[in-house]
Amino acid sequence: MRKLMMKGNEAIAESAVRAGCRLYFAYPITPQSEIAEYMSKRLPEVGGTFLQTESEIATVNMVYGAACTGKRVMTSTSSPGFSLMQEGISYIAGAELPCVFVNVVRGGPGLGDIQPAQSDYFQATKGGGHGDYRLIVLAPSTLQEAVDLTQLAFDLADKYRNPVLILADGMIGQMMEPVELPPMKDISSLPDHSSWALTGANGREPHRIAAFNIDPHGLEEMNKRYQEKYARISLEEQRWEEYKTEDAEFLMVGYGTIGRILKSVVDDLREKNLPVGLFRPITLWPFPYKRLEELSKKVNFVLTVEMSSGQMVEDVRLAVNGKAPVYFYGRMGGIVPTPNEIRFAFENLLKEVK
Amino acid sequence: MVIFSRPKSLSEKEFTYCPGCHHGIVHRLIAEVIDELGIQEKTIMVAPVGCSVFAYEFFNVDGTVAPHGRALAVATGIKRALPDRVVFTYQGDGDLAAIGIGETIHAANRGEKLTTIFINNAVYGMTGGQMAPTTLLGQKTTTTPYGRNPENDGYPFHVSEILSTLPGVAYLERVTVSTPQNIRNAKKAIRKAFIAQIKGVGFGLVEVLSTCPTNWGMSPVEAQKWLLENMTKEYPLGVFVDKVGD
Repeated sequence: MRKLMMKGNEAIAESAVRAGCRLYFAYPITPQSEIAEYMSKRLPEVGGTFLQTESEIATVNMVYGAACTGKRVMTSTSSPGFSLMQEGISYIAGAELPCVFVNVVRGGPGLGDIQPAQSDYFQATKGGGHGDYRLIVLAPSTLQEAVDLTQLAFDLADKYRNPVLILADGMIGQMMEPVELPPMKDISSLPDHSSWALTGANGREPHRIAAFNIDPHGLEEMNKRYQEKYARISLEEQRWEEYKTEDAEFLMVGYGTIGRILKSVVDDLREKNLPVGLFRPITLWPFPYKRLEELSKKVNFVLTVEMSSGQMVEDVRLAVNGKAPVYFYGRMGGIVPTPNEIRFAFENLLKEVK
Repeated sequence: MVIFSRPKSLSEKEFTYCPGCHHGIVHRLIAEVIDELGIQEKTIMVAPVGCSVFAYEFFNVDGTVAPHGRALAVATGIKRALPDRVVFTYQGDGDLAAIGIGETIHAANRGEKLTTIFINNAVYGMTGGQMAPTTLLGQKTTTTPYGRNPENDGYPFHVSEILSTLPGVAYLERVTVSTPQNIRNAKKAIRKAFIAQIKGVGFGLVEVLSTCPTNWGMSPVEAQKWLLENMTKEYPLGVFVDKVGD
């Protein structure tokens, strides 16, 4: 199939349209505003609805409303905007509504800057809003993967009636690469949500959707149902990529933009006859604990690299569970580390450990 | 011959409101209007946070509960997804005029084809009687124990007057349900606010001056009297915008 040269933000937007997304609400924020700009032109062409909202708080609640109707809906934002959406995300998770969020992460905390970062990992994977809930979190490392994971995001949202987050970073959003786009989905072939969606109670009992139960026993039952679902997702949806791990004696772990940089680092170190492999989580929740634990039994140490002060490294430690030492290298402030500096960090570590 | 019965758009669930509270009357009026307009099967309700959080269970229509203040954003999402359905929000003064004033103004200004029933009882009910944006000057609440003082607490917030300046608003009236005549008038207003949506003219809102005997510390009868003597002075009844016509 023909490949197109596209910007990451636009590739995600086009993939969403092709996945059947016909409703998009958003408030502009750098470095992902191209998604809104693209959607404002594209959605009217396919009979969809684009609405620029007055705030991220309004955005997330419009997503909640549209998701109540069972139609495919998405929003996108960047870190400070994603913080503003957390209350609504808690409600959406509690109401068990399918929808897709895109967070193109930038440096923080606070206003931070507009450069690529991975410092929203905690918020994305540990629940930034209140209550016991989980998002399915997908982290692309190339634009092709961003396109493919956008398709998957809508399918997983429908399958589990759960919000799905695509956690990209400014690098993924702003770079250009050739991508192969999937065909346009036929809207009529999408999953049928008529058993629960709010569409008007025509000839049936009213449907009522709420993340709410004033009776603590009732609320505990609702929470048990959520947790059973999360356990099922955790079992069935762990995704990752391995690179040169078969004979690896050292393991590097990184996701998203760092994941692709680490491939170069692995290649460089392999040229120096250092048997290094890469483990790249694709689902950040559920985190691919099981496979990482297996791999860690065979290696001398694990080096986790992130564009943060070290957030995913906590999950890496949980997965490795003492089977090997886990080290961390990170840059903050929206700085993308170069392959050379990561290689240097690895070689220094090698000297120290020896 | 049956001359008076429960509207079919009201569910069998018993109201959980305090004696003398106006939510029950207003619920009934909305249900009667839905029945009379024949829109029960295509109406979707967005219930609020506060005493009327259960409202979506009192109506025989599809419904959901919005986060505090966000009913009009949730309703916008529903309506934009299903433009041929009738969507209404039911919101109190804390919900609509304090935490949700941004969503209120912007939904009205976009001219969203939505209907909002705005219950203004000048106090926060569910949380136990604290000051609302609409609390009257001098009115005692649990957070204005010396009476609302504008130097510290600001002035009573006039939602209808503010929204009346926005071109997206199609119907806007302030009513009360404190007398039989007022109840009949309130029903007409609610009907028109729904028709504004059904005809696609724009945003419709009915502000209903209401009692909260429990938090006002009055009997239901005293509360009716207090409303008519005090609230209607600060918040005059009347039609602010009518682009629907007869």
